Amino acid sequence: MDFLNAIVALANFVLIPATAYGAQLALGALGVTLIYGILRFSNFAHGDTMAFGTTVTILFTWWFQSMGVGFGPLPTALLALPFGILGCALLLLGTDRVVFRFYRAQKAVPVILVIVSMGVMFVYNGLVRFIIGVDTQRFADGERFIISARDFKSATGLDEGLALKSTQAITLVVAAIAVALLFWFLTRTRTGKSMRAFSDNEDLALLSGINPEKVVTVTWLIVAALATIAGTLYGLDKSFKPFTYFQLLLPIFAAAIVGGLGSPVGAIAGGFVIAYSEVMITYAWKKVAGYLLPESLAPDGLAQLLSTDYKFAVSFAILVVVLLFKPTGLFKGKSA
Amino acid sequence: MTQSMRAPLLFAFVAALFLLEATTQVWIFSGSWNTALGILNMALVSAVMALGVNLQWGFAGLFNVGVMGFVALGGLATVLVAMPPSPGAWAAGGYQIVLGLLLGAATIVGAILAWTRLPRGRMRTALMLAILVGGFFLYRWVFDAGVAAVEDINPAVTGNLGGLNSCGDYRACGWLTIIAWPVGGLLAAGAAWIIGKTALGLRSDYLAIATLGIAEIVIAVLKNEDWLSRGVKNVIGIPRPVPYEVDLQNDPAFVARAADLGLEPTMASTLYVKFGYALLFTAVLIVILWLAQKALASPWGRMMRAIRDNETAAEAMGKDVKARHLQIFILGSAVCGVAGAMMTTLDGQLTPGTYQPLRFTFLVWVMMIVGGSGNNYGAVLGGFLVWWLWVQVEPLGAWLAELVTGGLAEDNAFRMRIMDAVAHMRLFTMGVVMLLMLRFAPRGLLPER
Repeated sequence: MDFLNAIVALANFVLIPATAYGAQLALGALGVTLIYGILRFSNFAHGDTMAFGTTVTILFTWWFQSMGVGFGPLPTALLALPFGILGCALLLLGTDRVVFRFYRAQKAVPVILVIVSMGVMFVYNGLVRFIIGVDTQRFADGERFIISARDFKSATGLDEGLALKSTQAITLVVAAIAVALLFWFLTRTRTGKSMRAFSDNEDLALLSGINPEKVVTVTWLIVAALATIAGTLYGLDKSFKPFTYFQLLLPIFAAAIVGGLGSPVGAIAGGFVIAYSEVMITYAWKKVAGYLLPESLAPDGLAQLLSTDYKFAVSFAILVVVLLFKPTGLFKGKSA
Repeated sequence: MTQSMRAPLLFAFVAALFLLEATTQVWIFSGSWNTALGILNMALVSAVMALGVNLQWGFAGLFNVGVMGFVALGGLATVLVAMPPSPGAWAAGGYQIVLGLLLGAATIVGAILAWTRLPRGRMRTALMLAILVGGFFLYRWVFDAGVAAVEDINPAVTGNLGGLNSCGDYRACGWLTIIAWPVGGLLAAGAAWIIGKTALGLRSDYLAIATLGIAEIVIAVLKNEDWLSRGVKNVIGIPRPVPYEVDLQNDPAFVARAADLGLEPTMASTLYVKFGYALLFTAVLIVILWLAQKALASPWGRMMRAIRDNETAAEAMGKDVKARHLQIFILGSAVCGVAGAMMTTLDGQLTPGTYQPLRFTFLVWVMMIVGGSGNNYGAVLGGFLVWWLWVQVEPLGAWLAELVTGGLAEDNAFRMRIMDAVAHMRLFTMGVVMLLMLRFAPRGLLPER
């Protein structure tokens, strides 16, 4: 019984939240990794791109809610998501036209593009502040739980409850659909194949008649979709605060690099590696240990390796270890 | 306009902006010496920060976006040097904390030694992991008890170790804060050494992400390690190197002199204090600028630029690229640390909650890019100009909004919305300025020669 309780507690506080968080990070890291693969720079504006896409989604959600349009037990934000993606795509394509295309034509070195993306980050950050302000926004509606802790306890008779928030389930389902579509697109369609060819060897791809501007446009469209989905899911699961999205940049980059920059599979793996480590290292293991260990051995303190405020340190430490021992990441990304 | 006239003219322009702010009330200018000196003081600090970033990026092409972390470490130095030690804190747990930290450091050194000295194989990995895990628990066991003891001491007022200021009345020893500036530089240099050892030699954007991470961690440490910096409870009342306004106002000689100048005592004392800071900061800025100019013109500076422009060629000429990179990374970070200590001195308090990367890292980058990377005078100019703009964007935005919506009624929804948005103009404007500069004048206002 104690053993079951320990497993349930572990699932409730570690496995389920970390899986949802991992899926959100993976979607974010996919966007970073795609830009790196095709446009060949680390996009510092990605966190704020996510914030912008989410802002548009939230505005449409509020509009739908005010008209009384709902999505049954599902959050209205899912209905608004396509509009958010559209808004984000328009912004990204506009930015590319006004800002990035110039440097592409110049064949600027990657680090210049990174600095340019810092400028873009400022502008997006300012835009989001203009539109929605700096405060925390909640926009989740619909059913809150699929399984609530109380129902679980009464159904199983265990001491520990297991709660599955609907946002967590939605995160996983939506992320799985998005990733499946992305991989189908990259491996099965002509455009997707040309994108991969472009990423592998630009000169060869150009020689075989691939239109680089088309590849870049499609990349931005996919990135807009991924960023908006990642941002909206994160916002539904936790809450929307522009500054938090800026801070997500670090775990997202860590995920993309750990997986291997430029490798989509790596980005997904990296997302989960970072998420699980963050949650497991900052989780207070007292409860689980209390069930598993005999009473005399049970820990006095919280048995927490690091306080939750240091979760950035966790992604950072993993990043450094991977960079030192396996600079190309787990899945052989690009490295120079 | 010739190149040689460019710098004096631009500096004169910036000086005119500050003078207008001080003397006229037209347009967006407030006509107050008090405000102008306030902006000037932060501009001086910003110029020092921009010089530090310019050392790293302009001289050596190192991409450091962790400026915030070094600035915050400098601020911490002010607390550690100039605040009085909390009564009883060292006896209660201070030494234990130090012992814990030493154990932690020994663990890491031991693990590194095991990794580098032992023969390859499974034994090595196992031993290294054992050292790390065992050391971690030992460290936490010693360290946590010390922290608990220190943080228990009068948490509402101190709860931290405090600093090294052992004067009877700690406020009388304000000169200690000036000692804290180089100490802040040293702290930042130490952190930069650790980061440089691990992250330099990585590709430029990896270094950027590594420094971004370090900065976040430094802030997290300052926010959470109450025994060190009181965390989000802030350290207030840091002594200052200049007199206190109240003391000046109670000094009959000062009041008499102020009256001679036609100033009332309150205003005169505020101006006197701010002017004092401005003099101190100018002195620091001039020293650092002079050193940076000497370095740039020296063989060492030429070697740095050679490495920046072509690492492979420089390496072929026998230059130790990695060691030189480490050197200049440490120097630049130390300059940022000095600036951070100066800023905390100016504020008179350490508030870890207010360090934001956009303000303390990326804005400094905007300063350097606007001024001209690779040119020290450019970095200083950028520091002054961009800081001035950062402060004045709000009145400027309000003026623009007034111009656009002036014909509308006070309670018009559109007008109110625009007026609200003005408060968020800053970041947007900075981004646009940065993008425009990068596009149309990528070498900055004062290009590198």
